[in-house]
Amino acid sequence: MLIIDCPYCGPRPELEFAHGGQAHVVRPADPSKSSDDEWTEYLYLRLNTRGVYAERWRHARGCGRFFNALRDTTTDHFLATYRAGERPPTVAAPRSAP
Amino acid sequence: MSGLRTPAGGRVDRGRPLRFTFDGRAYTGFAGDTLASALLAHGVHLVGRSFKYHRPRGIVAAGSEEPNALVTVARDAARRTPNVRATQVELYDGLVAESQNRWPNLSFDVGAINNLLSPLIPAGFYNKTFMWPRKAWFALYEPQIRAAAGFGVAPAHADPDRYAQRFAHCDVLVVGAGPAGLAAALTAAAAGARVLLCDEQAEFGGALLDEHDAVIDGAPVAAWLAATVATLRTNPRVTLLPRTTAFGYFPHNNIGLAERVTDHLADPTPTQPRERLWQVRAREVVLAAGAIERPLVFPGNDRPGVMLASAARSYLHRYGVKVGTRAVVAAGCDAAFQAAVELAAAGVTIAVIADVRAPGSPPGPAEAAARAAGLAIEASATVLGASGRLRVAGVTLGRVGTDGSVTPGARHACDVLLMSGGYTPSVHLHSQSRGKLAFDETLGAFVPGAAAERTRSAGLARGAHGLATALDDGAAAGLAAAAASGHRGDSGPRHAVRALDGGVAGRAGALPQPAGPLPPAKAFVDFQHDVTTRDLALARREGFEAIEHIKRYTTTGMATDQGKTSGLNALGYVADESARAIPDVGLTTFRMPYTPVTFGLFAGVARGDLFDPVRRTPSHDWASARGAVFEDVGMWKRARFFPATGEDLHAAVDRECLAVRHRVGMFDASTLGKIEVVGKDAATFLNRLYVNNWANLGINRSRYGILLRDDGFVYDDGVIARLADDRFHVTTTTGGAARVFAMMEDYIQTEWTDLSVWITSTTEQWAVVAVQGPRARDVLAKLVTDVDLAPAALPHMAVARGRICGVPMLLFRVSFSGELGFEVNVAADYGAEVWAAIHAAGQEHGITPYGTEAMHVLRAEKGYIIVGQDTDGTMTPDDAAVAWAIGKTKPDFVGKRSLERATMKAAGRKQLVGLETVDPGIVLEEGAQVVAAPGQTPPMKMIGHVTSSYHSASLGRSIALGVVAGGRARLGETLYVPMPAGDIAVKVVGPVFYDREGARLNG
Repeated sequence: MLIIDCPYCGPRPELEFAHGGQAHVVRPADPSKSSDDEWTEYLYLRLNTRGVYAERWRHARGCGRFFNALRDTTTDHFLATYRAGERPPTVAAPRSAP
Repeated sequence: MSGLRTPAGGRVDRGRPLRFTFDGRAYTGFAGDTLASALLAHGVHLVGRSFKYHRPRGIVAAGSEEPNALVTVARDAARRTPNVRATQVELYDGLVAESQNRWPNLSFDVGAINNLLSPLIPAGFYNKTFMWPRKAWFALYEPQIRAAAGFGVAPAHADPDRYAQRFAHCDVLVVGAGPAGLAAALTAAAAGARVLLCDEQAEFGGALLDEHDAVIDGAPVAAWLAATVATLRTNPRVTLLPRTTAFGYFPHNNIGLAERVTDHLADPTPTQPRERLWQVRAREVVLAAGAIERPLVFPGNDRPGVMLASAARSYLHRYGVKVGTRAVVAAGCDAAFQAAVELAAAGVTIAVIADVRAPGSPPGPAEAAARAAGLAIEASATVLGASGRLRVAGVTLGRVGTDGSVTPGARHACDVLLMSGGYTPSVHLHSQSRGKLAFDETLGAFVPGAAAERTRSAGLARGAHGLATALDDGAAAGLAAAAASGHRGDSGPRHAVRALDGGVAGRAGALPQPAGPLPPAKAFVDFQHDVTTRDLALARREGFEAIEHIKRYTTTGMATDQGKTSGLNALGYVADESARAIPDVGLTTFRMPYTPVTFGLFAGVARGDLFDPVRRTPSHDWASARGAVFEDVGMWKRARFFPATGEDLHAAVDRECLAVRHRVGMFDASTLGKIEVVGKDAATFLNRLYVNNWANLGINRSRYGILLRDDGFVYDDGVIARLADDRFHVTTTTGGAARVFAMMEDYIQTEWTDLSVWITSTTEQWAVVAVQGPRARDVLAKLVTDVDLAPAALPHMAVARGRICGVPMLLFRVSFSGELGFEVNVAADYGAEVWAAIHAAGQEHGITPYGTEAMHVLRAEKGYIIVGQDTDGTMTPDDAAVAWAIGKTKPDFVGKRSLERATMKAAGRKQLVGLETVDPGIVLEEGAQVVAAPGQTPPMKMIGHVTSSYHSASLGRSIALGVVAGGRARLGETLYVPMPAGDIAVKVVGPVFYDREGARLNG
């Protein structure tokens, strides 16, 4: 079970959280102006990163807040967590490279 | 006793004899014995039959790596534990154990015919032989194979024991209480760290328990061990967990420990749990799990009496048991010579030591000791075969020439053959934690490489061999782990050690055999799964080169022991055969659990009534007392129907439906999800989220809302009421409440942060009683105050606040039945009382409580959809015939852009329609497919399916809703529902079957 550092509550066990998919996917302000391709990309296309991945989590069984995290998908190690709306922090390269 | 028990020594308590039975025969042992040591003390080696060939098998090891000696231990009919390793079963008075996988008995087993048939059943035989007919696989082949090949039988009764679970945190978790683990715990605790030390054995000490003449810090090993454990025990920062297996290493230093609390007790107290699961979160971990000795691979290496040299030492020094009277020792590593020396000193005849080490192996200290003791040693030897059916009787050796050729040698009579192929470090947990492994050329085995977690290995687990080295290595690891967890200390003085440290480097793969085809006698690599060198060779002949493929094809390493004794030998054999180095062959992944774990441990208290939380509505007790039949909807218990005496489901539902249509019914709708949306931007928020226009919804009015995902598909629905300019009462489906709430939070927090809006789940705050039917108003008029119920004052979809039975009420004029309807919302604590009051007041009108089944029929008669039943996550509002709800002038709402995509408007999409069977007596099966023409044979084109289907008492016929490609253009067409008994003709009709004008709603 992972330990996840909620930016509002601190480190808590994974079972208090719900995963929310890739972070920083912004819904177009006026979807009617999006082309079919742009809209399809917004809806369906997601990264499948090997390495540092920005993703959303929600402290569903805690404060209820959504926040973002940088996680190394090769080790499951969290490199940083930060509040929704903030830019991802710069992090050092993961501890163990693939 | 048979004279195999030494006159003195060992760690058993000779003053406490214990009685036990094995296969019905009575034996005695001592306190401190395992089942294995007690049987060996009686000369019993034969303890089981093998998995596939039913070959007689004996005890190979002394610890958890034992592959053969799997037995069933039974306390009573329900407490029968199959497949436990006899080497780990602590003896208690009255213990009852049985062998497995044999019939009629262990010495004569009919299944042993498989051994003679073995040329017909090589690796993968079931994939090749039992291909067809397909049906026979399930009816005949699989049950037969399962019955013939296998382990023990699971008990048929529910497990009566209790299992506990707890979480624990510590600075340093030390796994393994051998010399390295004990030293690590000492230094870490001395530095001030909170230490948790676990070991799978009953006693701490690990390899120290098998030593007899080593000296540490001037004390005999046993005395040093006792003093060290006492030191740790009295330290309040240290928790000691014997009989506790670290079975799994999970992310972020989360380690699963299985503590066996009562299995070793003759008479456990009922208050104790049988086992306890520890979920440990450790800042730092020290893995000091030691190493496992490898068997040698040669023809007949599985005969009872062929065992590991280290096991023979363990049985001798720890349990005071000689495993035989005349031994041949096949020494593939230096440490095996030590076993020969010590067994000889105890009076066991050593017929010969066959030095089967790899050519060019350096001389070792134990070999020198054997020479000094004058034991016969045959150099450059190999083992060509072992004879004896139920017990080894002789060993044929061979000589390996300098050119690698093998010439047959002499046969040596013996009753036990001790083998050692060297030691394999226990890297399981390190590997489970995603740490890398590195191949140590000197050791000839894998050792831990770069760690992925905050963990370090110590002692023989990382190849650091020798008692002094292990103690130093453990002390250093404990110190480093403590420091990394914020506790600095010093290592103290080095431990002074005097011990004979046999070398542990060895060989992997099969022993050399004469040139030519493999001999007929089987050479086993994996004892527990009966995998031989022949199987591995076959796999390679059939084109499998990667070890992951060979493993799956032959199932080597896939038994319950996960290849503890076989893994490296399989790699070594494949490497030799393919002229590759072992690291080039690869490595299979170690997975949890290290040793098998009971289901009970994981289940803990979550069984029976505590398996899953149960949610009950306010009318639950009332309904239960009246014999309601409940169904599970998510975690909710909902009354499905209220049978009167003698009624079945259909009779009760017909009666309940007719009561609603002609008089009045009452229904507990409390499970509906309820969310209060508040804030100055509440209307804007709902406008952006739901398809409807909310800006023009008046206060104290409600509207049926549709919620899509951004992909344009229907996600949820429900009535939404405006209670104030800035306050909405949103209802959701029963099952959708949590996910709708999460979706709302997502948009509020991450997309529309410009909005001033808050949401609160109020599902459990409100009890909801639906009162439906032509006389609903008459019933409520007797109880409601402060509300004008007249149609003009409270029209359809109006909302009012007032009182019922004197308590505050939120009243909705809504209907999910198509009749005049109200939903009475009161604080949940008043729910039961108000429910009973409405029931009493309705008596004169024939009020009838109805359940979810009648609710479904009533709504289907009206063509009202249920999201998740009539929709499936691929339906647009237009597909589901609810496009009328869309606010056409809104610039955007969630899902709107997707509805503009060409495929979402394409002709031929499945649309909701009514389906009327031509024969009104036939009720279609929900989920049945719809086709265009009768009399087809599969495969046929399916153009839709039935989503809801019921008998309608009001209409006197069956009704159904379904989705059909281009359905609305097919009204009046006849389609067909193919069933095993023949095609059922159905007519496509509109989805509303009853009161198409909707006049009754406005009554």
